Amino acid sequence: MIIMTRQPVHFYQVGSFAVGNRLLEVSDRTVQSDPQRFDSLDSGHRACQGCGEALGARYALDAAMRATGGQLIAVNATGCLEVFSTPYPETSWRIAWLHSLFGNAPAVATGVAAAMKVKGMNDVRVVAQAGDGGTVDIGFGCLSGMFERNDDVLFICYDNEAYMNTGVQRSGATPPAARTATTEAVGPEPGNVFGQGKDMPRLAMAHGISYVATATVADLHDLENKVEHAMQLHGARYLHILVPCPLGWGSASCDTIKVARLAQETGLFPVFEAENGVVTGVSKIRHRTSVESYLSIQKRFRHLFAGSGRPDIVARIQAMADQNIALYGLLAEDAPAEITREVSA
Amino acid sequence: MTELPFAITLEVGSSHANRTGSWRVERPVYIDRLPPCNDACPAGENIQQWLYHAESGAYETAWRQLVVDNPFPAVMGRICYHPCETACNRVQVDEAVGINAIERFLGDLAIERGWALPSPGVDTGKRVLVVGAGPSGLSVAYHLRQLGHQVHLVDASEKLGGMMRYGIPAYRLPRDVLDAEINRIIDLGVDVRLNHTVHDIERERREGGFDAVFLGVGAQLARRVAIPSGDSARILDAVSYLHQVADDNVPLLGRRVVVYGGGDTALDAARTARRLDATDAVIVYRRSREQMPAHDVELEEALKEGITVRWLSTISNFEGDHLTIEKMRLNDEGFPVPTGEFEELGADAVVLALGQDSDLSLLEHVADIAIDDGVVGVSTSMSATSDGVFAGGDAVPSERTATIAIGHGKRAAHGIDAYLAGHELLDSPRHELATFDHLNTWYYSDAERTRRPELEIARRQNNFEEIVGGLNEENALFEARRCLSCGNCFECDNCYGVCPDNAVIKLGGTQRYEFNYDFCKGCGICVSECPCGAIEMVPEQI
Repeated sequence: MIIMTRQPVHFYQVGSFAVGNRLLEVSDRTVQSDPQRFDSLDSGHRACQGCGEALGARYALDAAMRATGGQLIAVNATGCLEVFSTPYPETSWRIAWLHSLFGNAPAVATGVAAAMKVKGMNDVRVVAQAGDGGTVDIGFGCLSGMFERNDDVLFICYDNEAYMNTGVQRSGATPPAARTATTEAVGPEPGNVFGQGKDMPRLAMAHGISYVATATVADLHDLENKVEHAMQLHGARYLHILVPCPLGWGSASCDTIKVARLAQETGLFPVFEAENGVVTGVSKIRHRTSVESYLSIQKRFRHLFAGSGRPDIVARIQAMADQNIALYGLLAEDAPAEITREVSA
Repeated sequence: MTELPFAITLEVGSSHANRTGSWRVERPVYIDRLPPCNDACPAGENIQQWLYHAESGAYETAWRQLVVDNPFPAVMGRICYHPCETACNRVQVDEAVGINAIERFLGDLAIERGWALPSPGVDTGKRVLVVGAGPSGLSVAYHLRQLGHQVHLVDASEKLGGMMRYGIPAYRLPRDVLDAEINRIIDLGVDVRLNHTVHDIERERREGGFDAVFLGVGAQLARRVAIPSGDSARILDAVSYLHQVADDNVPLLGRRVVVYGGGDTALDAARTARRLDATDAVIVYRRSREQMPAHDVELEEALKEGITVRWLSTISNFEGDHLTIEKMRLNDEGFPVPTGEFEELGADAVVLALGQDSDLSLLEHVADIAIDDGVVGVSTSMSATSDGVFAGGDAVPSERTATIAIGHGKRAAHGIDAYLAGHELLDSPRHELATFDHLNTWYYSDAERTRRPELEIARRQNNFEEIVGGLNEENALFEARRCLSCGNCFECDNCYGVCPDNAVIKLGGTQRYEFNYDFCKGCGICVSECPCGAIEMVPEQI
């Protein structure tokens, strides 16, 4: 196992939480704070106001570009990310970028990696990216195969928890009780059902691949560290980034990062990393908060608070958060035995 | 124009032609809001700005920013009651930033390294008479010199400093520190005349040919109260007592000293007596603790040092070696009324600390001056008359602290400057206040306040050693970095990083950022994620 040391940054006012800081050494600042950053995804793309996916994609790919010295090819599955970035003949991509179908991005990426190997271009690295639908549902077979063959690809899932591009339909990553176009907020159990859906990071871990991690657009230092670490490894790797969708979630466009932060701080979205199937680090919750603070600012959960509300359902969601907190040891005082290295906060 | 396929309007290869800024109905704009510390500072310091420099260890730059407004950082870092810290937004996160401690650190460092105040301004040929060399008089002298006016400073005492020297005991303000900061001002070319009492300010002005006058005579007259007493009863007032102690001419009061009053001066007198010959120092105050005008921190220190307080008590009689005290109670309006219950208290001397008045007899021949309730009425620019008499400090209506007096001095200097130039001083508009709800405090690291070392109680007896210690370079830096920089961009790059449309341009250096409105969709994430509230959304003109 590769042990990477990440020293928590000495106290610098906004320490390691803000994007940059004039008091920090340049090497301790994020890729995003660099005035010469790559801007892999350029201005003029047609994502909605406050799009979390556009943000997550630039964060991840800029970090990958720096880690590989620009020797990077990105393969894209169909989805919002493709539709808003590349309506023919425009493109917002400033990197080597390849279109594929909705379900076959992992397989295409496998092919690109194999082609680079055949051509002897071993320094060129491959990233594949898709939304949650393209990852957990439609592309799952190809992805599982890519993991199983341990192809040299970092697969990034931008998880906005439904099929947003086609009109907010439920996916295997949609959370319980959420309203989507196909899970209406009606009946005794409004919104999406409990107990179904796929926990993709754990499914990836079950393949025993070298690196699996989760991140959100609310903690940039953590996200960039994980991309950089992933690019130092070879074989199949998986990064799952939570990217709030103002349109589909019914959150204010200015709250995209706030919603992602609350997802983490409530425990609903555990931020962790795992190597060879074992959790090796978790991001601790800095200021724990109840799930209401997260749910109540999203219209997809409005039915839980309208009228006399559904405290019973909110309690079930809180129980899920509590279970995550216990499972991953998300509180500062928790120190699960499986953690072997610190994630810098 | 190149030939494009059917229904295609854009060239291949870029999305830059797609000006998504047209989607916007609100636009973000960078603003500076007024930090609550700056808003609260009676001396008008730009605290946020000098902390900004201190955060990077640029202590001299920080000190230079500080002395733009206040030439007494080392003094203020000791005796200011720091309303800035009461107002500090960080109170709502953990604890206020130790602004006062950092100010003192900078002040002490400046003395140690011999940093000089900025050179005087170009000589205007105007001459100003400053009566009283206390905090307001010295402050006005400093600022007038900066503006290029000549200053003639007179004071009735032997030494400069006013109440900073004769009212505040040395254990709170060591004299070498006071001297150092006063001398720095005098070195700017202030003409000083000591041991000179001004009896008629108009004559003094006329004879000296001064263009304007500043009156900073303070409040030196102790209020008295008639206490029926025997011939041998020793009664004196706190103002004279502290003055004599400051002059090393210590009056002997005996072992049991009673101080009558409830202000900061009463506490200073009691703590001073305790350091001299008194084994018992008791404060008698007619109201309750909640109503005591003294600052809490002073009372707490006094209690720690073994001072006792008789709340709700008045002195009705003082015979040779004991007092008769009448107990009071508060009526429904909160006023103390006698109960008819008496008790005795052993005492060798009584020190009266019942408040002070200004001696304004020197204003007798000044026309059109408003004296109300024993103080001089002034405008916002501290002018007392229409013909160039200005006033400040304890002689005008205020809460009477040294910091307020220093602020008066600065305002008066600008008022005098405007008067000498023949125009009115206009109030500059203030920015909107940077209240806590404008901040996104998630981004600030958790960091507890740094405590200043304090002299142990046992070592405070029989000496006037300074009680509160200073910060060192390392913990001063830490403390400065606890500043949230409320309302003022400190270049954390958050707006630059969080924009999904790359519509923020980082200018670098200390140039901050600019919005690229061609692509800004107006989502507002930059406003939400700005830690310090330095961006706001404004409606687009459509």
